[in-house]
Amino acid sequence: MPVERELEDVRRSLRGLDSSLLRELDRRAEAAREKKAAYSLDIDLRAFHEGEAVARTDSLEALPDEVKAVMLASGVDPSESGRAGSYVQVGKNVIYERVNQIYSGKLEIMDVGDALEKYPDVRDLWWTVVAPDQDKYTAFSQLHDVHGYFVRVFEGQEVELPVQSCLLLHENAEVQNVHNIVILEKGSSAHLISGCTTSPRVKTGLHIGISEFFVRPGAKLTFTMVHNWGPEFHVRPRSGALVEEGGTFISNYVLLKPVKSLQTYPVAYLRGRGSRAVFNTLIYGLENSHIDAGSKIVLEGEDSSGEAVSRAIAQDKSVVYARGTLLARQNRSRAHLDCRGIVFGDEAQMFAIPELESEGAPQSLLSHEAAIGPISEEEVEYLMARGIPRDEAVSLITRGFLDVRIMGLPQALESAIRKMVEITQRESM
Amino acid sequence: MLVVEGLQVEVGGKLILKGVDLEVGTGETHVLLGPNGGGKTTLLMAVMGMPRYRVIKGAVYFKGKDITALTPDARARLGIGMMFQKPPAVRGVKLREIAQTVASVREAAHPPAPSLEGIAERLNLSEHLDRELNYGFSGGELKRSEMFQLLCQAPELVLLDEPESGVDLDNVALIGEAINDLLGKRGKIKERKASGLIVTHTGHILRYVNADRGHILIDGKIACHGNPRDLFEEVQKHGYGRCESCR
Repeated sequence: MPVERELEDVRRSLRGLDSSLLRELDRRAEAAREKKAAYSLDIDLRAFHEGEAVARTDSLEALPDEVKAVMLASGVDPSESGRAGSYVQVGKNVIYERVNQIYSGKLEIMDVGDALEKYPDVRDLWWTVVAPDQDKYTAFSQLHDVHGYFVRVFEGQEVELPVQSCLLLHENAEVQNVHNIVILEKGSSAHLISGCTTSPRVKTGLHIGISEFFVRPGAKLTFTMVHNWGPEFHVRPRSGALVEEGGTFISNYVLLKPVKSLQTYPVAYLRGRGSRAVFNTLIYGLENSHIDAGSKIVLEGEDSSGEAVSRAIAQDKSVVYARGTLLARQNRSRAHLDCRGIVFGDEAQMFAIPELESEGAPQSLLSHEAAIGPISEEEVEYLMARGIPRDEAVSLITRGFLDVRIMGLPQALESAIRKMVEITQRESM
Repeated sequence: MLVVEGLQVEVGGKLILKGVDLEVGTGETHVLLGPNGGGKTTLLMAVMGMPRYRVIKGAVYFKGKDITALTPDARARLGIGMMFQKPPAVRGVKLREIAQTVASVREAAHPPAPSLEGIAERLNLSEHLDRELNYGFSGGELKRSEMFQLLCQAPELVLLDEPESGVDLDNVALIGEAINDLLGKRGKIKERKASGLIVTHTGHILRYVNADRGHILIDGKIACHGNPRDLFEEVQKHGYGRCESCR
């Protein structure tokens, strides 16, 4: 199909890309169209279709109550109180984007397609930290109509309140194809929370989410992704971050609800001197969930450092893989991986797979600790001796295990996520 | 306050207590002496109702009620509290959270406790309140953390398992003071309501805490009773050999 016609008919969001770049990206994607992902179950993409059009809204408060409830349960506040800005995408439809007035001029939020058209620098960043031919999911994303959020925090701006985005699936067997770009310009800082969820009546679906983060010198991004799917959803996020000199990228991932399958392995490339990345992962595997979640830190800058912390629980018949890779390519870099798991019951399975790699960086220091085990009976009994009933003691220890405080979130987000942990725990006991 | 009757207790399939009888009256403090492996810790754990210490025979009564079948949390709510010799660390749970929970258990039966912060300050634990429970605590800090939790709970029967072990002299004094507070030793004798059962290996704690009666536990049985200081002196001079022959 000629590029021009395809753009016009199918992929209006990519109209900003010049045709030679588009052809090259398409060529790479085409070659990977059937390429299975390195991990987890293979999904037949033909079982899913693009959803219908959904109208924009002028206010998140005007959304149906049931939708607002699932948004709230994913850390996205429809009242927008205490938020620096919001972006909401339903299926492939961008229905809302807004910057809180007091942050006007400090950051911008828009559909990534608009950003590609408007900004040459965004076009230059498209598919640069995630590869379009990584697997069939990235290929699918490139070859189909795509939307997503573009967030840019301007140089030197500190955005104290979180920016929120909600990616919502609203039709059965729908595939949601998202590609996000986030840029933290020099010396800026922000918290971004991305809540991914479904309308309550929707039972099946596939979410493909590409996210590319660019943390410029001295900037700091705390990105928190909360997934709140259902037992018949497949989820394939593909994320990458590029961190420049003195920049910090903190990525928090929270999954506390059942899912059919989820596979993610975000990578942070610490390119600048003194750059830093932290991955915190909290996973509660329930029912028949097949979860394969990792994080990778590539230390390429001198004095770069990283930390990957994973806390996972496997319960019911769930299967949880907790992966982590630290790769040092530069001397004087250091990173630590801390991976702990609890398995409840005889039918759940957990695999902790930490990997340390050093390539031409003999002075770098990489370390890891990994442990899987039951809840310590000694700890439970100790708390019981303080007057706490067994159930509550188990609950207290589990909640402490899924410690939200490690994420370094603003108060409102921290208490929202802590509440999610409590709800999941109450329901699962 | 506490009556232990013909108690036989098994741990991991091995019989440790082989028929112990003991009575601690209201306001009394007793000490338990004895060689390692004699069953001192097992007796305390069994009185607390810890599940791994299985009662085979006999009974435990607290304030006249048979509590042998009760779980540790139920016993704690009735007013029994224990200082563990080697308390586990509980990651992700703050010392403050436990103290608050324990204090709320207490409030049902007692007047409100002094502020947690006040108690923590006295025990040099202010900076530990927001740390993970017992995680990375030194030997002395562990003992103070245990005392802190007990002071917040204010139990009527206090079980202390080697409160002085692994603690330097300054800390022993501090812990001794806290034990006296816990047992109401500073009040008038008639008003003392809390009772204590203290396991001591070294006997150092007797310099700070005035105990009423001592028992020597050897090979799962009480070998003799008497004045705690006399007993301790005897043991220091002659070891437990002579106690063996008393049985």
